[in-house]
Amino acid sequence: MSIFINKKTRTLIQGITGRDGSFHAEQMKNYGTNVVGGVTPGKGGTKVAGIPVFNTVAEAVKETKANATVVYVPPAFAVDAVYEAVDAGIKMIVCITEGVPANDMMKVYPYVKAHGARMIGPNCPGLISVDEAKMGIMPGNICKKGSVGVVSRSGTLTYEAIWALTLAGMGQTTCIGIGGDQVIGTNFIDCLEAFQADRATKSIVMLGEIGGSDEEDAAKFIKKYVTKPVVSFIAGQTAPPGKRMGHAGAIISGGSGLAADKIVALNKAGIPVAGSPTEIPVLLMEALKTKKVAKSTAKKPVAKKAAAKPKKKVAKKTTKKTTKKK
Amino acid sequence: MKIHEYQAKQIFAEAGIPVPPGKVATSPLEAYTIAEELNKPVMVKSQVHVGGRGKAGGIKYAESAEAAKVLAQKILGMDIKGLTVKKVLVTAAEDIISESYVGIILDRATKRPVIMVSPAGGVDIEQVAKDTPEKIFKLAVDPEQGLRAYQARDLASKLYRDMSQVRQAADIIMKLYKVFWDVDSSLVEINPLVTTPGGNVVALDAKLNVDDNGLFRQGDIAKMRDIDSEDPAEVEAREADLSFVKLDGSIGCIVNGAGLAMATMDLVKRYGGDPANFLDIGGSSSPQKVLSAFKIILADPNVKAILINIFGGITRCDDVARGIVDAFKEFKPEVPVVVRLTGTNEKEAAKILKAVNLPAGETLDEVVKKAIELAGVERE
Repeated sequence: MSIFINKKTRTLIQGITGRDGSFHAEQMKNYGTNVVGGVTPGKGGTKVAGIPVFNTVAEAVKETKANATVVYVPPAFAVDAVYEAVDAGIKMIVCITEGVPANDMMKVYPYVKAHGARMIGPNCPGLISVDEAKMGIMPGNICKKGSVGVVSRSGTLTYEAIWALTLAGMGQTTCIGIGGDQVIGTNFIDCLEAFQADRATKSIVMLGEIGGSDEEDAAKFIKKYVTKPVVSFIAGQTAPPGKRMGHAGAIISGGSGLAADKIVALNKAGIPVAGSPTEIPVLLMEALKTKKVAKSTAKKPVAKKAAAKPKKKVAKKTTKKTTKKK
Repeated sequence: MKIHEYQAKQIFAEAGIPVPPGKVATSPLEAYTIAEELNKPVMVKSQVHVGGRGKAGGIKYAESAEAAKVLAQKILGMDIKGLTVKKVLVTAAEDIISESYVGIILDRATKRPVIMVSPAGGVDIEQVAKDTPEKIFKLAVDPEQGLRAYQARDLASKLYRDMSQVRQAADIIMKLYKVFWDVDSSLVEINPLVTTPGGNVVALDAKLNVDDNGLFRQGDIAKMRDIDSEDPAEVEAREADLSFVKLDGSIGCIVNGAGLAMATMDLVKRYGGDPANFLDIGGSSSPQKVLSAFKIILADPNVKAILINIFGGITRCDDVARGIVDAFKEFKPEVPVVVRLTGTNEKEAAKILKAVNLPAGETLDEVVKKAIELAGVERE
């Protein structure tokens, strides 16, 4: 089991004849993704890595019954590619492109929503449902099949966390990079909701960074709706205010978007925050153990109160430990 | 990207937003000439990319052209929060009856442009938001439908009672909204928006930030970039297509990916060191980028050690390793270099690095600690 995509997802690649598109078409195919076609205007009828290329998304959908697409189109045309996918009836759109103007995103976002589609990104590495399918550029070899759901605003930092989990023997269900821009199609809450509903996912890792208030919103959401253990990591504690740290969305502006505020909000919601990516699996194991203890004791109604107490204590301990180390 | 007040005012004026007449000067003599042409009292305003110019003494009133010259002499070359003033705007001084605030920001939470107005203008709006949030009125505009005239009127009526002024302010808000979209802006601000004794509503100040991602289609605005007002190392990094931010520490960092670059800096701090910079070499791994990164970091005299952290996914570790070897040949760094290359082609990379006697492939936490140790930073 996994979220958003699986073995059956019929994937298109928009911009398949470009440098990035052709390279990753092959990588995606090798991973086992059901890539059914590619789209590049004017290149219809050709093939890339054995994948048929079409002139338009509508034509590709008609011929292949594709229901998902990955966009590798340059920033000036990426949003147009998203509109084209939506108009062709595609419901799952992953936009890898970095450098999409925020104003374009503000316009396309409501359009995607109104058509019942989901957009992931832009400026994201995409997602992998482990051993099933990958849409985007994440290296598949670092993942291992398991029960952890991973969601992140970053790329390589996500790989670092996934790799730490894999080395610790903690495999993943789906790993998603939602993108580092200011306006993105899918946020933390959308992914948390999906992971909570997915039976195969037993715990969640959420990797945030400075800028905006998505982490704070996610903390509130987790406290209210997520019963699975969540561990977090926040990048950018040493970032100066007013400077864009690589990602368009990673900026502390007007005293908001600070890493420290996000960590406080997460800790308040009982979510341990790791001090280093390598600490993530350690904290997650602790959280899973506590959860089990709480669950087994909770079976007896009398023991319910007693079970709730140690759980809280442990959560506090982890919080203290992480703040101390910082 | 930030542009200066005089540039933002030029854009506002072209959009039909009333701004006081004025011109930019780089010398006291120029300031004198502009003030003389205006033939009335002027304000001499420093043009630097930082808030609080007035408090720092960078905005002054001049009764005459002669006084403007003296003030320009004083302000040009002045240091405001670490930035040297190289230009002043000489602009007609207005008599002010009231000061209010109008701004439009890209709101990440609603994914819409949000217009904010407040009758409490002329002061730091973030402070107003903190102390008296009831004095700020907001409207999230539907980006597909655009701003309606009645909505602008409604906002303007929060600022003024006089109907003529409400109409003028509504017109300014409509035009400002258009500017916001037309120039791919991430923030436009008029603080203060003033009323004059004659009953006119005028934009006394102007602030405009442009979304870097929109610059490719904003040729005229991209040209407004003032390289003089930026850190030279950051300018060099941008030209080399690197994401770079200068910091004050002693550990130079070269990383692939923005999130990992931030996490690496954080780890340096966590283990008792201080990062000298944020540097992301990006997704592609051309050896040239590594070379440029070395050049920029080695130019910083504070740097006592260099830490390279690469998680190869799309980036190939052997490419980066080749770049490191080239950099060693070209720059012969005197400071210790610590490398961690893991992921795609890491074995090939380790072989290449042997040529310069650099071990690779340890864990992230280990290399960070080692870099700090080699830099001779005393542990707290």
